Amino acid sequence: MAFDEQTLASLKETANTIRKDIVKMVAEASSGHPGGSLSAADILTVLYFNEMNIDPNNPQDPNRDRFVLSKGHASPVLYGALAEKGFFPKEELMTFRKINSRLQGHPSKKSLPGVEMSTGSLGQGLSVANGMALAGKLDNRDYRVYVLLGDGEIQEGMIWEAAMSAAHYKLDNLTAFLDYNHLQIDGRVEDVMNPAPVDEKFRAFGWHVIIIDGHDMNQISDAIQEAKSIKGKPTMIIANTIKGKGVSFMENQVGWHGTAPNAEQLAQALEELNGVKQND
Amino acid sequence: MTKIATRDAYGKALVELGEKNPNVIVLDADLSKSTKTADFAKTYPDRFFDMGISEANMIGTAAGLATAGKIPFVSTFALFGTLRVGDQIRNSICYPNLNVKIAVTHSGLTLGEDGASHQAVEDISMMRAIPNMTVIVPADAEETRQVIHAAAEYDGPVYIRLGRPAVPVVFDKNYKFEIGKGVVVNEGADVTVIAMGVMLSPAIEAAKELEKEGISVRVINMPTIKPIDKDIIIKAAQETKGIVTAEEHNIYGGLGSAVAEVVTESVPTVVKRVGVEDTFGESGKPNELLEKYGLTKEHIIEKVKEIIK
Repeated sequence: MAFDEQTLASLKETANTIRKDIVKMVAEASSGHPGGSLSAADILTVLYFNEMNIDPNNPQDPNRDRFVLSKGHASPVLYGALAEKGFFPKEELMTFRKINSRLQGHPSKKSLPGVEMSTGSLGQGLSVANGMALAGKLDNRDYRVYVLLGDGEIQEGMIWEAAMSAAHYKLDNLTAFLDYNHLQIDGRVEDVMNPAPVDEKFRAFGWHVIIIDGHDMNQISDAIQEAKSIKGKPTMIIANTIKGKGVSFMENQVGWHGTAPNAEQLAQALEELNGVKQND
Repeated sequence: MTKIATRDAYGKALVELGEKNPNVIVLDADLSKSTKTADFAKTYPDRFFDMGISEANMIGTAAGLATAGKIPFVSTFALFGTLRVGDQIRNSICYPNLNVKIAVTHSGLTLGEDGASHQAVEDISMMRAIPNMTVIVPADAEETRQVIHAAAEYDGPVYIRLGRPAVPVVFDKNYKFEIGKGVVVNEGADVTVIAMGVMLSPAIEAAKELEKEGISVRVINMPTIKPIDKDIIIKAAQETKGIVTAEEHNIYGGLGSAVAEVVTESVPTVVKRVGVEDTFGESGKPNELLEKYGLTKEHIIEKVKEIIK
């Protein structure tokens, strides 16, 4: 079901705010990963601002939905979403990657409320999400578990161990997103180590697979609803995305995987993103 | 002398624990008959998950279960439960300080006939180097039972190293295990032997033999390698002429290293290490391997005499 105009506009504005926070955070830190954060901004926006049952005032509610950022280097998008949602003051975003900050380079569960799992060493988040989903089944709780994987990340063998396991244990309370932006540090995923065909692989592993445009709020939400209706198997939502989405000079540029913008580049990025807000 | 494998004691303790605490979950990687988690699987099938031969995924899944308040016990052979999954243990369990218990069996040379590919003699070194990890090596069946219950009550990651062969029962129900505490099992004034796991019995035997020769040996059982009981080590260093450590592990990074670290910082004392001398093992019967690689009563006696000399 499509969002009404007002909801859609509000979600787009939130995604845009998160994108601005991403570039500001990374610029302030002079380090971090803007490309893969920007590509996931729309997915996290729908999850955190339309879908998930979470309460910043009760972050340990046993019935809450869970989100695991398996591609932990995209921490800026998670921090942007959590701050916007009210898990911690927005001013704290500017402490990202600095000494004594709760906003570690890669998310740390122990330091920041709302971070469901420490991640950063790739390939581990899907197994962790499986464990959360299994616990939900054991306790007869109806929370759902979401996990975001990178397309380079699924080159890790552990992902496929976890994929087999999630289907074996029929974890239909688990929904994974693949941020399929086609770029990793050394180049195009197709050139470095081609994971395709991702859809056929996950289907063969026993998953329900949905392919969407990862920047279309309606498609993201519809896929989530479809996943909820699937019984007896986990769902993989393959989200076709653009690395660096929203900042023209970062889009589809592998160099912006882990590079911070300078002051001039930040100003240009913000100008573009501010423009989106006004015109959209 | 009654002999029971610590893995057998583990299997029984898990079943007791399962009844006591509904949050206890057990995961295994296709070795439940060997690790003895099969008893738990039979008694509490809803709380047992066979993860197949995917140890990394097993560690990650346990971490996820722990985030939701479960107390996962994860079992496989020592090698696959540590060296194979070092990053997963470090980043998904220890860094977020999750309440996962890694209880491994078939540790050290006494795994026997399977040979060096399966004989973990480096695991303690690796586990004790990870922040937040507690490292425990029970010496016999009763100690294992108490360790399993204590680990379940302790909130945080615990590594428990168990063995394959039957080993002498040293302790009875009156024994009290406490995390982080060593226990004097034989009083003595000349030299101290600090032992863990399967080396405790040879250490006690060595002390008995040396006593006949007029050498008084204090024997300390050191089940917790981390946090190590500094007080009992310092006291031994002050009151006896030197310390011999005995471990079924590489002499690098295990019990001997941990003891040496304590004494060099406070009471510089001679520490002689009985252990695997930085080499891989091989196929053979447990006792043949202990003999060939220098892990017997005789080797302990030799080191004690080197200190007395």
